[in-house]
Amino acid sequence: MGKYNQDFKVLTKRELCANTYHFKIQAPLIAKKILAGQFIMIRPNENSERIPLSICGWNREEGYIELIIMSAGRTSTEATIKEVGDSFKDVVGPLGQRSHIAKYDGACVLMGGGYGTGAIIPTARDLKEAGNRVIGVVGARSENLLLMVDELKDACDEVYLTTNDGSIGIEGFVTHALEEIQKKEKVSSVLAVGPVPMMIAVANMTKEDGIECWVSLNAIMVDGTGMCGACRVTVGGKTKFACFHGPDFNGHEVDFKELMTRQKMFVDQEKIAMEAFTGALEK
Amino acid sequence: MANNKRPGPSAKERMAKPRNEMPLHSAEERIRHFNEVPTGYSLEQAMDEASRCIQCKKPDCIGGCPVGINIPEFLLQLEGGDVAGAAKTIRQNNFLPAACGRVCPQDKQCEAVCIVGKKNDSVGIGNLERFVADYEREHDLDRMPEIAPDTGKKIAVIGSGPAGMTAAYELRVRGHDVTIFEAFHRGGGVMVYGIPRFRLPLEIIDEDLKLLEEMGVEIVYDMIIGRTLSLDDLLETEGFDSVFIASGAGLPKMLGVPGENLNGVYSANEYLTRIYLMHANYFPEHPTPIYQGKKLAVIGAGNTAMDVLRTGKRLGAEVTCYYRRSHDEAPARSEELEHAEQEFIDFKWLSSPIEFIGDENGFVKAIKCEVMELSEPDDSGRRRPVPTGESFTDEVDTVVFSLGCDVNPTIPDSTRDVTTNKWGIMMVDPVTYHTSKPGVFAGGDTVTGGSTVILAMGQAKTAAKYIHEYVMGNFEYELNVPTDPEAPGVQWGFAK
Ligand SMILES: Cc1cc2nc3c(=O)[nH]c(=O)nc-3n(C[C@H](O)[C@H](O)[C@H](O)COP(=O)(O)OP(=O)(O)OC[C@H]3O[C@@H](n4cnc5c(N)ncnc54)[C@H](O)[C@@H]3O)c2cc1C
Ligand SMILES: Cc1cc2nc3c(=O)[nH]c(=O)nc-3n(C[C@H](O)[C@H](O)[C@H](O)COP(=O)(O)OP(=O)(O)OC[C@H]3O[C@@H](n4cnc5c(N)ncnc54)[C@H](O)[C@@H]3O)c2cc1C
Ligand code: SF4
Ligand code: SF4
Ligand code: FES
Repeated sequence: MGKYNQDFKVLTKRELCANTYHFKIQAPLIAKKILAGQFIMIRPNENSERIPLSICGWNREEGYIELIIMSAGRTSTEATIKEVGDSFKDVVGPLGQRSHIAKYDGACVLMGGGYGTGAIIPTARDLKEAGNRVIGVVGARSENLLLMVDELKDACDEVYLTTNDGSIGIEGFVTHALEEIQKKEKVSSVLAVGPVPMMIAVANMTKEDGIECWVSLNAIMVDGTGMCGACRVTVGGKTKFACFHGPDFNGHEVDFKELMTRQKMFVDQEKIAMEAFTGALEK
Repeated sequence: MANNKRPGPSAKERMAKPRNEMPLHSAEERIRHFNEVPTGYSLEQAMDEASRCIQCKKPDCIGGCPVGINIPEFLLQLEGGDVAGAAKTIRQNNFLPAACGRVCPQDKQCEAVCIVGKKNDSVGIGNLERFVADYEREHDLDRMPEIAPDTGKKIAVIGSGPAGMTAAYELRVRGHDVTIFEAFHRGGGVMVYGIPRFRLPLEIIDEDLKLLEEMGVEIVYDMIIGRTLSLDDLLETEGFDSVFIASGAGLPKMLGVPGENLNGVYSANEYLTRIYLMHANYFPEHPTPIYQGKKLAVIGAGNTAMDVLRTGKRLGAEVTCYYRRSHDEAPARSEELEHAEQEFIDFKWLSSPIEFIGDENGFVKAIKCEVMELSEPDDSGRRRPVPTGESFTDEVDTVVFSLGCDVNPTIPDSTRDVTTNKWGIMMVDPVTYHTSKPGVFAGGDTVTGGSTVILAMGQAKTAAKYIHEYVMGNFEYELNVPTDPEAPGVQWGFAK
């Protein structure tokens, strides 16, 4: 194997909550280049689909990247059943643009839901390094589903937790935390990464309050390099490719309805693919 | 080769012989699978077809071939049954003959200028090239070229399409250490994820990639230059003496009409990539999905459109082509258009889409078109389509845009010193293919904005010659890289 052919080996694996795992993957060249807000495409196995995953950390010297993978369907499950010592067939990146980093006069609030909590950590570090006060907000249905809280605390000045059932932190949604924060201090910029309904709620709220809002769009992707147009999203009335122009966009300009519709493009096929896979596993 | 000394029939007799038609699977049969459409000549047919060449003293066909294959020479060898010799002759100029014999627009190149074609059908040069290459592969003839002693020079080639493969070949033969960097997990470029399997089987491309590796070319997959490594990394830290960019076009054009982001609306790149790179036609064994409805509308009438139409047909859809000009202006290779017409595909000429209409779930359900007519020829002699004011609406459940590509900005975005024009086409010196960045050359679709396999190869060959001079330290030219953002990409002037 030549100098550039990388072996994308699983170095560590840790369960964060049901069906969701943290992985360290050996990928020295990607680790050297990756920036906050960017993502990679993986194929767990030889015939797998290509799927995009955010990066929640990296170590440039030791040559690994960190991922959070939630098994949503077939391909993410192919990934999450990998164990330490196994390898991912392909890992490509870094893809997309770096998150928007600037110096603000008010606080920056970064909100994560699900795997999105991992994705905001590198951006939190960069914003802090740029001299900002950075507040993290993690939301989940219940306490046991909150993930990466300690890591986020390391990267932020302060972290709020919200749970729908009130088992810990503020009862309700991440928007409730944003309300609380705004009562105490000026907020200049918000980044939300998570399920689309959460991003919609944050975009609506910040629009009313006149706060800058970034969202990371999880459109369906094939190549991840701007070649196919599968990831088309409408932002400010213009067609953009989420993989190339994004994944972060101005939340006030995103056509979320279209995004949600397009995310459902293959639901029937996804079920069939998963059934074929579990069928094969059982055999 | 003087033709009067040649034994056998007279030139006149040769010219009167009918062309050996390429045997095809019937249309009814072939639309049920993805196997190749033509079945290939037999040796007898090939020898007979080769004998139709009159061995011109000044063979125009050679000039019609962008890589300058010595066509009469290989035809003469083939006529005498020396297939191995014919293969060697072709390989002096073209290392992808099996692919080119299949996908070259011969009707616009070598065969367009063949003298026999003036009165009769031209000699089947493409079919014969294909025959020779297939025979060579099937009989496992030695294809390994002679490789010059190591020069100690390292060259990076970006992209493993026909341009990258050709440059790698040409540079390795000259003794350089060559590494190809490919963004995808497999090689071949658009020959794999654009051109369908029923026109170009994968084994052929893989054989050619294998040959490169046997020659000592390293192919690195999953490596996006401009992302994983930059051009500067290659030149400064990774120790490459020169770089050849062959990254293709790869940025799909859309129309910008309402409804084009509805579910079920694809670019040709997405549609074909899902199928031919990710094998969605073998879903769910291969889990990449494709939403394949019953009524497929394809917008455009170029090669890509023909490929999408015929692919859709094989996936079981009722297929219609919508094109704003008429049959005669369709840019597709004539054989492709003919095969599509045989395969029960409907064509709606002079139809320009103005809107796509969606159902309540956001899936496309209809296409609305304006009816066009052709204007009187303008100064350039081209008849432009103009709206008639009439329109019609058809029910469809899948739409594929096949409008061509602009150039993907990944590399120029990461290296501002490789200049592009306003369409993203990389600007190169038209003689040497040197870009505005020292030591960096470019060729293929990335400098033309989408052309053909053989043109991409021709450019790569030329560039390789100059890259060789560059790394050996005898590259002294007054470079002329256009800086005007309106400047067109490289144009190829042959077979006028
Ligand atoms: C920029 C970006 C970053 C992401 N980061 C992460 C991450 O860090 N961790 C994580 O667990 N997930 C992440 N995702 C989502 C992840 O890509 C999907 O969960 C995964 O593709 C689902 O594939 P599947 O085969 O497992 O499930 P499926 O059953 O095939 O799909 C489940 C749902 O996932 C979405 N999806 C399916 N295929 C794709 C695809 N090719 N590209 C994008 N979405 C798809 C669809 O909306 C679908 O309904 C990210 C997505 C994007 C676009
Ligand atoms: C559907 C379709 C049908 C066609 N039919 C015909 C035909 O019948 N006859 C014909 O002659 N031509 C045909 N063409 C055109 C022909 O395929 C192209 O002109 C030719 O492939 C161009 O070759 P290339 O090497 O320049 O680029 P490509 O074949 O596009 O190869 C470029 C390669 O570079 C890789 N790459 C891109 N960016 C990067 C990066 N940053 N880092 C690393 N790698 C990168 C890509 O993944 C790709 O593998 C067709 C094209 C299409 C789309
Ligand atoms: S490579 Fe193409 S143009 Fe040249 S001889 Fe072969 S078919 Fe003709
Ligand atoms: S132009 Fe035609 S007849 Fe003349 S040498 Fe070429 S192939 Fe033969
Ligand atoms: S995923 Fe293909 S263009 Fe974005």
